[in-house]
Amino acid sequence: MRAAHLLRLIFWRLVSSIPALIGVVVITFILMRVLPGDPAVFFSSGPTAGQEEIENLRRQMGLDKPMYVQLGIYLKDVASGNLGRSILTGQAVTKDIAQRLPASLELTLTALLIAIVVSIPLGILAALRSGTWIDHLVRFLCTLGVCMPTFVSGLVLIFIFYFVLGWAPDPTGRIDIFAAQPPNITGFLLIDFALTGNWSGWWAAFSQIILPACTMALFVLAPLARMTRASMLAVLRSEFIRTARSIGMSEWRITIVYALRNALIPVITIAGIVFSTMLGANVLVEKVFSWPGVASYTLDALVASDYAPVQGFVLLMATIFVMVNLIVDILYGLMDPRMSIG
Amino acid sequence: MKTALAHAWWVVRSNPVTAAAVGGLSLLAAIALAAPWIMPFDPYATNVAIALQRPSAAHWFGTDQLGRDVLSRIIAATRLDLAIAASAVAISFAVGALIGAVCGYIGGRLDRAVGRAVDVLMAFPLFVLAMAMVAALGNSVENIVIATAVINLPFYIRFARAEVNVRRDAGWVEAARAGGETQIAIITKLLLPNIMPAMVVQISLNLGWAIINAAGLSFLGLGVKSPTPEWGIMVAEGARFITSGQWWLAAFPGLILMLTVLFFNLVGDGLRDILDPRTRT
Repeated sequence: MRAAHLLRLIFWRLVSSIPALIGVVVITFILMRVLPGDPAVFFSSGPTAGQEEIENLRRQMGLDKPMYVQLGIYLKDVASGNLGRSILTGQAVTKDIAQRLPASLELTLTALLIAIVVSIPLGILAALRSGTWIDHLVRFLCTLGVCMPTFVSGLVLIFIFYFVLGWAPDPTGRIDIFAAQPPNITGFLLIDFALTGNWSGWWAAFSQIILPACTMALFVLAPLARMTRASMLAVLRSEFIRTARSIGMSEWRITIVYALRNALIPVITIAGIVFSTMLGANVLVEKVFSWPGVASYTLDALVASDYAPVQGFVLLMATIFVMVNLIVDILYGLMDPRMSIG
Repeated sequence: MKTALAHAWWVVRSNPVTAAAVGGLSLLAAIALAAPWIMPFDPYATNVAIALQRPSAAHWFGTDQLGRDVLSRIIAATRLDLAIAASAVAISFAVGALIGAVCGYIGGRLDRAVGRAVDVLMAFPLFVLAMAMVAALGNSVENIVIATAVINLPFYIRFARAEVNVRRDAGWVEAARAGGETQIAIITKLLLPNIMPAMVVQISLNLGWAIINAAGLSFLGLGVKSPTPEWGIMVAEGARFITSGQWWLAAFPGLILMLTVLFFNLVGDGLRDILDPRTRT
C-alpha cells in the first residue's frame, strides 16, 4: 500500500516538473537564436564561400524557416529523444554527451565524496566543541574555501603539486593519452580499472582526478559543514538526547547513533543542491584541468554558435536538477516519517 | 538608528574578524576610487624588455608576459570588478525585492505565475545561463552586469517573497490597511523597509558571489576582453605561465580576488550577528 502510494507520488512529481523543463528548453532555444553570428557562415567552406552555398547550408540546417516553426520541430525532436546534431563534431548531440558525461559525473561524484568525507566530521566536531577555537577554526576554513574561486584554487593546486613538488601528472585530462584505456564498462575510469584489476592504470587515473576533485570539493565544503554543524547543534539540544544522557548511554553512542542520524536529514538536501550546482559549475574546473567533460564541450559549442549541443546540455542539466530534487525528497520521506513528499 | 549604530559599533569592537573585514573593504573601496592616482605605472604600457620579471622593488608584483606592471593592472582592475559586482547586485536587489514583495503581499495568480518562472530559472545551471547570455548579448561590461544580475534575481525574489509573506497579516500591516493606506504605500513604505535588514545580509554575501561569477566569465574569455585589466582575465593569462613557474602573474590577482570575496562574506556574517545573534552558524 505504501509502495503504491510512493510510486504515485513520484509519478505526479515527474509530471508536474514537465512544464519547468519545457520552459527551460524554450528559453534556451530563444537565447541561442539571439546569439550573434550565423552558424551557416561559420560552417561554410570559408570566407570565400558564395552566397548560394551559405543559402544551401541554411536550408539544410532549417534556419530559413520562421523561428516558431524551428521551435516546433525542435520540441518534437526532443520529445522523441533526438537532440540534434553538433556541427562542430559532426555527431549526434546525444552521442557526444553520452561520451563526455561519464567524465563529468566521475569528477563531480568524486568531489562530492571528498567534500562529504571531510565536511561532516568537521561539522560534528564544530558542533561538539561549539564556541571554542576548534569551532572558530572550522568556520574560518569553510569561509576560506567558499571565497576561493575554483579557477584560482585549481591553479594553486597545480602550482604546488605539479610544479613545486612534482607529485601530480600534467594537468591535461582524465588519463595520459599514451596510457592504455580500460574496457568501457561503466565509463567511470576508476571503477573500470578496478573491475579489471589494473591497479597501475587505476593509480594513473586517480592521480589525474584527485586535483580537480579537491578543487571542487574545497568550494562546496562550507555549505555541507555549516549545515552539519547547525543541525547537529539543534539535535543535541533536543529532549531525546537529554533522555539518552540521563539513562547513562555512552557519549559516543549518543553522538554517532542517535544525534547524527537525525542531524543528517537536512544535510542530504544541501548535498543534493550542491551536486546539481557542481555539475553545472564544472566548466571552470574542466577548463583549468583540460577535463574532457560535458561542460567544456558546451563552452566550445557556445563560442562557435553551435546551437544543438548547448541546448542539449542545458536540458540535460535541468533534468538532472529535477531528478536530484526528487531523489532528495524521497530520501527525506524514507528517513523522516513525519515528512510527506507530496 | 542611533541604537543600531551603537549596536553595530559594539559588534565590530567585540568581533575583531568583522572589524578587519570592514577595514579591508574600506581599503579596497579607497583603492578603487583613487585608482588613477595611485597606480605606479600605466596598466596598458607594454615593454617587452622587462617581460616576466619576478616581484622586485620597482615592480612589487612583478611584470607580465608583455612587460606590464602587475600591481598597476590589479589596481586598475579593482575599480572595474567592484563596479561590476555592485551594479549587478543593485539591479537584482531592486528588481527582485520589488517583484518578491508584490508577490508575497498580493499572492494569488500573480504569485503562482512568478513562482513558476522562478522555478524555471532555478532549474538552469546558473553559471551556464550567464555564459549563454553574455555570448548572446555580446562581449561587454554591461552584458556581464546584466547576466550576473539575472542569475542572482531568483534568490532575491524568493527571499523578499518569503519575508513579506510572513508579515502581510501582522498587526501593524492590518492597522495600515484599516487606516486606508494604498497597497503600493503599504509595500513600499512599510514592508520593504521592514525586510531591508534581512536583505542587507543577503546583499553582502551576494556581492562576493557576483565578483566570483563575473571574474569566472572573463576567465573563460566571455565578457571583458584583454587587454582591459580585470582580475579574471589576469588569472586566465597568468594560468599559461603557472606550469613554467611564473606564479606571480596569476597569484596576485587571484589573491586579491579571494580577499575581496572573503571580506564581503565576513561582513555578511557579521551583519547577520547584528541582526539576529541566534542564527549564528
